[in-house]
Amino acid sequence: MKEILLIALPLIFAAAAFAWPSERTRPWLLPVAGVLHSVLALWLLIDPPLLAANAWFGFDPLARAVLPMVSLLFLVCSIYGVAYLQIRAERKNRIFVTALLVMLGLLSLALQAQNLGLLWVAAEATTLVTVPLLHFNGTARAFEASWKYLLVGGTGIALSLLGSFCLGYASLHGGSSGDLTFTALVAQGAALTRPWLVTAWVLLLAGYGTKMGLAPMHTWKPDAYGEAPGMVGALLAGGTTTMAFVAILRVKQVVDAAGGGAMTERTLLAFGLFSMLVAALFLLTTPDFKRMLAYSSVEHMGILAVGAALGGAGIAAALFHVWTNGLTKGALFLSAGNIRRAAGAQTEDKVAGMAWRSPASARIFVVGILAVTACPPFGVFFSELKIILAGFQTNNFFAATAFLGCLLFAFFGMSRLVFAIVDGRPRAAARATGKQLRETPGVIVPPLLFLALSLWLGLATPPLLREAWNAAANILLPTP
Amino acid sequence: MIVALDIILRLAAWLLLAPLLPGIINKVKAWVAGRRGPPVLQLYFDLAKLWRKSVVLSTAVSPAHVAGPAAAWIAIITAALLLPVGPAGASCSFRGDALLFVYLLAFARFCIVLAALDTGSAFEGMGVAREVSYAVLAEAAIITALLTLCVQSGSVSLATMLAPSAGAGAALLAAGLFGVLLAENCRVPFDDPNTHLELTMIHEVMVLDHSGPPLAAILHGASLKLLLFAVLLTEAVLPLGKLSLLQAIGALVASVFVVAIAIGLVESLLARLAFRRVPLLLTTAFLFCLFALLVAWKGGRL
Amino acid sequence: MSGTMNLLIGLAMGFSLLALASSRLPSVIRAAAFQGMILGTLPLLLEEKFHWLVVAVAIGTITVKGFIIPNLLRRALRAANIDREVEPLIGFVPSLLLGAAAIIGAAALGSELPLRPEHAKTLLVPGSFATVVCGFILLMARTKAISQVCGYLILENGIYLFGLLLINTTPLLVEAGILLDLTVAVFVIGIIVDRIQREFDTLDTRKLTSLRE
Repeated sequence: MKEILLIALPLIFAAAAFAWPSERTRPWLLPVAGVLHSVLALWLLIDPPLLAANAWFGFDPLARAVLPMVSLLFLVCSIYGVAYLQIRAERKNRIFVTALLVMLGLLSLALQAQNLGLLWVAAEATTLVTVPLLHFNGTARAFEASWKYLLVGGTGIALSLLGSFCLGYASLHGGSSGDLTFTALVAQGAALTRPWLVTAWVLLLAGYGTKMGLAPMHTWKPDAYGEAPGMVGALLAGGTTTMAFVAILRVKQVVDAAGGGAMTERTLLAFGLFSMLVAALFLLTTPDFKRMLAYSSVEHMGILAVGAALGGAGIAAALFHVWTNGLTKGALFLSAGNIRRAAGAQTEDKVAGMAWRSPASARIFVVGILAVTACPPFGVFFSELKIILAGFQTNNFFAATAFLGCLLFAFFGMSRLVFAIVDGRPRAAARATGKQLRETPGVIVPPLLFLALSLWLGLATPPLLREAWNAAANILLPTP
Repeated sequence: MIVALDIILRLAAWLLLAPLLPGIINKVKAWVAGRRGPPVLQLYFDLAKLWRKSVVLSTAVSPAHVAGPAAAWIAIITAALLLPVGPAGASCSFRGDALLFVYLLAFARFCIVLAALDTGSAFEGMGVAREVSYAVLAEAAIITALLTLCVQSGSVSLATMLAPSAGAGAALLAAGLFGVLLAENCRVPFDDPNTHLELTMIHEVMVLDHSGPPLAAILHGASLKLLLFAVLLTEAVLPLGKLSLLQAIGALVASVFVVAIAIGLVESLLARLAFRRVPLLLTTAFLFCLFALLVAWKGGRL
Repeated sequence: MSGTMNLLIGLAMGFSLLALASSRLPSVIRAAAFQGMILGTLPLLLEEKFHWLVVAVAIGTITVKGFIIPNLLRRALRAANIDREVEPLIGFVPSLLLGAAAIIGAAALGSELPLRPEHAKTLLVPGSFATVVCGFILLMARTKAISQVCGYLILENGIYLFGLLLINTTPLLVEAGILLDLTVAVFVIGIIVDRIQREFDTLDTRKLTSLRE
């Protein structure tokens, strides 16, 4: 019942938001929905329900291991959203608020989906509902970003449908009656027809990998993250990509059960390291600090993929990283949004001296960058450490070394850009024309909350979460 | 003796019947346009007239200018004799004669091109450039078509290849070969045989400096080539080898007639394409043949 | 039965090549529409016995793929007053050859993948892969938004073709998923096309290049 509510609640709030008459009070629906959703999610985390056999969706260990993070992410973003929409009162927010809530509902559905088809439908709907969020600003650049997002994302989602069909056919050819729940597919195991299984894995990895933003299918990401409002970027980077990662994990579970474990691990490792490399190279050159966050997201998706390729310990570490990355990215996107508004531009040739113009946001941004580039004692440091350890344990020395090298380059690239925009004196033009942004608590507290969460995950990882990640990893890759 | 008689008979049929085809096409075009048009036998009159005329040679040309058309004419005749006529087979047949057939046609083109280049005129050089660049695509198509027939029949001899029907891909092959026929014989929409002294034509440019008997050889050779392609198209599609000799000849004549009418209709209804669109059309013809090949190759398993 | 079906699938592949070779936007739209209509009739051939649900699906598919979406696209074309000429990034002949290569590759791949006996004699798998790849080529090799949408449509058609393999066993969920996706996707794309038009006064996606490194 609670798991249905997890999906239905945001959708009900979405309907309410759509019908809500007042532009000024509508944004308050966001935190209300966020609080209720988080309470439900945490309740389910502490007291997981039994999963009905053959259910199409349910709060299984994997959903338990990631869904509360998405819920918390939404909660903090929604608090920011109230302040943000007050600042941007000139734009109508009916569609924006509705789409945000629908997105939360669909993410909850996708993360809980136990059926290949249902998972796809939820992922597809999430793609569509993101489009209005991306062109909230209504500028030409926002339209361009949403066009590219829709075209690339649409193609990716189409490929994942084809992949789902192939997996369905593998099961059908292997003698099943057409039950596409993941438990049934896993139970079928080696009976799945091998050539179809390989085709399905390739297509699903390409499809959901596009959604996740693995290189070379990451091209939509810099545009979308660069043009979207900060909180949408945070939800995309922490929510939608998590959904895609979970989809890949679920498919991987099926392929592994059918004896394709070596293949999935090799491909994930290759995609992961390639994404990290591409992201590190772009991070060294990009002049735009919002696009920098996108490349950082590509890098962290690569880290997740590498983690997923490194056995049970690696998967548990990757799930840990989902939490640390999602929450730290939240702090970065929100503070970057503040800086962007204060500076009126987002490239290093136009932005400098933000430590003077928006001191609080700039400080949060710098600390956030340190956190996301894995400086202790933030959570990212520990999750990445665990992934590297898993790499050494599984004798992937080359992968672990390459991983460390990419992290180093990413650190160079990001710190270069961050100090360029934070340090120095504000540009004369910006001083003359820039609007003065008051750093109200509404836009400062949420990123601080994110930083606090990241710090908390690093210093004192709750045993409950650790247990949830390990349980999910055990389900995904049963240790013999 | 019988063999000699057979060859003479076939040779006579090819040589005498070929000029009839352009006459029929022109008649169809005239009929569609509502004109009376030239008589069907017009080409015969033209050839007779040209044969009686003397040759005007430029001071710049070498013997190749006259030898080229003659060699081309002989090559086309030889190619024609390689084609079988229904169950009677070809007058000369051996393993791999399909390759010789393609090479003879290419050799004929080479001779015409050489004779045209021999004049040293830039205008003819331009025509040659066009002819050769389109031929590259057209030859790809015809080779693919022959390959299809090879795969279909498991033989590389024209007599066995052309005897049965082209099977499941017959419609594709017919479309492809018809496109090649139009391109190779300089018909609309690739080239317009009616234009003269225009910068847009291909074949007519090349023969501009020829006169008298060499021109007659070129024109007669062109009509032979048209007939040859019409026969090839018919035999590739229809299972003539399975019929009796009389039936086969009847079917052959009837379908060549149909092809001629089809060419006439195409010429009346379509306009010549812009040059940059021609490669696309030739590629389409090539693809038709290629898919016929695909069907022949995969068809056995479906 | 499978003979007719293979003929129709072959025709559908022909239409994707036609879309690749067309130099005018309306003919690209028409090719995609005809392809959609042909594919819409396939469920009727696939099902041995008459079933009202299958008929409904067929009618729905034909209406959506053959009429509604092409009309939306034509309306966008008219409303935005777009130049009818297709502007290719990859020329017509190379894209046609690429498409042909895709078909041959799909045929080769199709014979490698094992099929259930009832599907063994159909061209569903090669047809599907070939159509997907042709759609992909159209999507990438054209600059105009409308032709990219057509490419996406053809890609979707290919996926629909594959879905027919599962239509008997998997409930109409898959089917519904496609229709929802197709309508909504094109609808949203259409709205965006409209917006892009107003914003840029052109439908040339080459102008969408202010976001780059």
